[in-house]
Amino acid sequence: MNAISTTMPGPLALFADRLNGVAGAERHAALGALARTGLPSRRTEAWKYTALRALGTASFAAPAAGYDTARAQALLDHVLATHESLATLARVVLVNGTHAPELSHVPDTLQVGFFNQSPTFGVQAAPDRDPLVALNTALAEDGVMLSVAAGVKAGQVAVISLGLGGEQAMSYHPRHAISLGAGASLSVLSVHAGEGAYFHNPVTDIHVGESAELRHVTLQLEGVEAVSLGTVYADIAGHGVYDSFALGLGGALARHEVHARLAAPHALVHVNGAQRLGGRQVGDMTSVITHAASDCVSRQTVRNVLDGHARGVFQGKVLVERVAQKTDGYQMNQALLLSPDAEIDAKPELEIYADDVKCSHGATVGALDDDQLFYLRSRGVPEIQARQILIDAFLDEALALVTDETAQDICRAIMTERFGQKGGQA
Amino acid sequence: MPAVTETREAVEKLGQSTYKWGFETEIEMDMAPKGLNEDIIRLISTRKEEPEWMLEWRLAAFATWQAMREPTWAKVSYPPIDYQDLHYYAAPRRKPGPKSLEEVDPELLRTYEKLGIPLHEQALLAGVELPEGETARPPVAVDAVFDSVSVATTFRKTLEEAGVIFCPISEAVKDHPELVRKYLGSVVPAGDNFFAALNSAVFTDGSFVYVPKGVRCPMELSTYFRINARNTGQFERTLIVVEEGASVSYLEGCTAPMRDENQLHAAVVELVAMDDASIKYSTVQNWYPGDEEGRGGIYNFVTKRGACRGARSKISWTQVETGSAITWKYPSCILQGEGSVGEFYSVAVTNNCQQADTGTKMIHIGRNTRSTIIAKTISAGRSDSTYRGLVRVQPKASGARNFTQCDSLLIGDQCGAHTVPYIESRNMAARIEHEATTSKISEDQLFYCRQRGLSEEDAVGLIVNGFCRDVLKELPMEFAVEAQKLLQISLEGSVG
Repeated sequence: MNAISTTMPGPLALFADRLNGVAGAERHAALGALARTGLPSRRTEAWKYTALRALGTASFAAPAAGYDTARAQALLDHVLATHESLATLARVVLVNGTHAPELSHVPDTLQVGFFNQSPTFGVQAAPDRDPLVALNTALAEDGVMLSVAAGVKAGQVAVISLGLGGEQAMSYHPRHAISLGAGASLSVLSVHAGEGAYFHNPVTDIHVGESAELRHVTLQLEGVEAVSLGTVYADIAGHGVYDSFALGLGGALARHEVHARLAAPHALVHVNGAQRLGGRQVGDMTSVITHAASDCVSRQTVRNVLDGHARGVFQGKVLVERVAQKTDGYQMNQALLLSPDAEIDAKPELEIYADDVKCSHGATVGALDDDQLFYLRSRGVPEIQARQILIDAFLDEALALVTDETAQDICRAIMTERFGQKGGQA
Repeated sequence: MPAVTETREAVEKLGQSTYKWGFETEIEMDMAPKGLNEDIIRLISTRKEEPEWMLEWRLAAFATWQAMREPTWAKVSYPPIDYQDLHYYAAPRRKPGPKSLEEVDPELLRTYEKLGIPLHEQALLAGVELPEGETARPPVAVDAVFDSVSVATTFRKTLEEAGVIFCPISEAVKDHPELVRKYLGSVVPAGDNFFAALNSAVFTDGSFVYVPKGVRCPMELSTYFRINARNTGQFERTLIVVEEGASVSYLEGCTAPMRDENQLHAAVVELVAMDDASIKYSTVQNWYPGDEEGRGGIYNFVTKRGACRGARSKISWTQVETGSAITWKYPSCILQGEGSVGEFYSVAVTNNCQQADTGTKMIHIGRNTRSTIIAKTISAGRSDSTYRGLVRVQPKASGARNFTQCDSLLIGDQCGAHTVPYIESRNMAARIEHEATTSKISEDQLFYCRQRGLSEEDAVGLIVNGFCRDVLKELPMEFAVEAQKLLQISLEGSVG
């Protein structure tokens, strides 16, 4: 019914054509939530620093069935060429949000399912929880569902999402799920890459079982015209570990939003990240870490390097519920501004209802340290190199938090490819 | 944990049971009917014998207010306020003739005596304890606000000799219209926010301070606010203008009678500092916080803002917030002048069902501007306390520097402490540092003190006192004494 589209507020109208065709109870619930709230504006507190203007004014079409095979292959090859170990990893490849079996390479040890084969939306992302999740729920086409049985050490897998933008505005809304049974372990490398203009709106529903360990590194290398707004929900059981890191480099507008919930005692979560942006890029790292049980630990370090007219956003909330005694939370956000026109907006937030806790956060913003530059210059290092060394060192401390060695090597290789040799030419 | 229990008890005492300023004074009141409309505003303006421009300003603010909605972003919850169910004007009965202490209603004077407001010079001096080694301190000038009309002002003569104007703002509107017109609403515009607009429309009184060029105000200025009479909102308006090279220290302290009905308080304070000027504004806020169940208590929605207009000017806010059921207060500095300095030191204590959402905004506009924020929060009972602050560095504020430290201490497991800093930088040559911690009194600290022979009670007192020390030491001496009493966390014998 077109009746819905006429009432859709703001940028939601860009999806009206697609939203009117949705079927199924969950999708309808999502549509209902969207019709009430619309897509967030800067008046919405959680989106205070990030506007959705970058979505443009053209209506979004669904990705076309089939894709340009040569173009996808070339893009994939380019991504794989970043580091030798990336090419050897097991990988699931999606093109415009849909599984591309011919590009994928999955070992038998891993149970891989796909959303379009058995659409389940998981339990964490209620449609009215967040508008962009509701949008995903209404429009989800496909997605990768990884599950590891109890006790299985499943190794490492790369989930590579390629976006191929064309002349027409196109959006895709993959719905991923990762589930680890008790004592299982898995390392996931999510790579977002693409070219041209597109809107990527993934939602990932993660469950880490008791004493299970999930390492999750997200490499956001979206195309420079792309808008990428991703949401991750992670629920961590007792003694479980969700160790995540996000590296944000691409996109005209990118937001990486993580909601991690420590559901039972002695769970551990890392929500680390780094972004390096230039031009007119906007990069947003938002997280909500909920301590819902006692004796849990959360750690977060996010570093931003902003050049040109780039704008970095960090919003990190640590919520400690009344039951979560003996909580240990630490959060640090640091930004380096390299250009007079760069901007950082940070909002580290503590919301604490338990008294026996140790929670702290810190934030720093500044330019390169003159003293450090002088130190290097006085030892004969040219200014441009000295600056590069300091920037590398600043980011390297964040990259060092990637606990998966392969993933860390890949992150470093990408930084080197994009921003020059360490200590070399800028 | 007996020590913690005792601390909790001490904090509880501070809240309500021994609220020693809980009494009401029966004085005949001249009161406007309930409700808010243009007629009421005209009535207020007429009663205050205001010039036409003031009335127009109020009416414009009222029109703005009507189009505004009450903000909901703060982490406080309270039943909806019926703005039509309040009295917007109440004045103690006025006697004809010049105001002198002898002519002031004796009942009123007794109230002040009970409050300990040192209207008389002797009482004032007697009330001030001198630390060892210090021989004398300059006296304090008091402008007492009883509900809405300032009824007595002391030390005016000394101040006049120095060229300082210190008077109720209603008098300033009549006697110094050029100054009031120039500066009123220049820092907090009438339409700045919902509560500021309401204040602009209906403010009844407050203080006006003008310190001329090069004058160091010869004494500390002090206004004691006291809410009296049922259902009267208090809408003070304070304006302090300090000219080039001048300086002033202003003390604001508040107590209110105990009662059941919620009372609304929406004050606006505006500070203007020119080149090399400095303003120190200190507050001890101890309004009735409501009973254990959260009944009654003051709703305190305050807009305080200072503009550092001149180069090297300085504005320093210090506050000790222990009262009110709801506190909504963000004393801010707009750092326009090159090299200007903004400071914010705050201790906020909440207990029982109190809710406090308080913090500051530091807006760095000029080059080499500096700001410091130290906020200490103590939550007990079932209260919620939030630090909410903004540090914004505009593109031209090269060399700007900010340091922020927010610490929260939780006492008991039913309270909440929250920290919501907003940090926005648009200048690469600015440096911002922010740190925040939340903790309870650690076993280690207690053990360390106990090991050295302190009782647990003393140890807790010592630790809590140390926790707030960075802020308390910023208070003027007269206030530091009161503030420590207010914090009242068994310090006997522990700190010298």
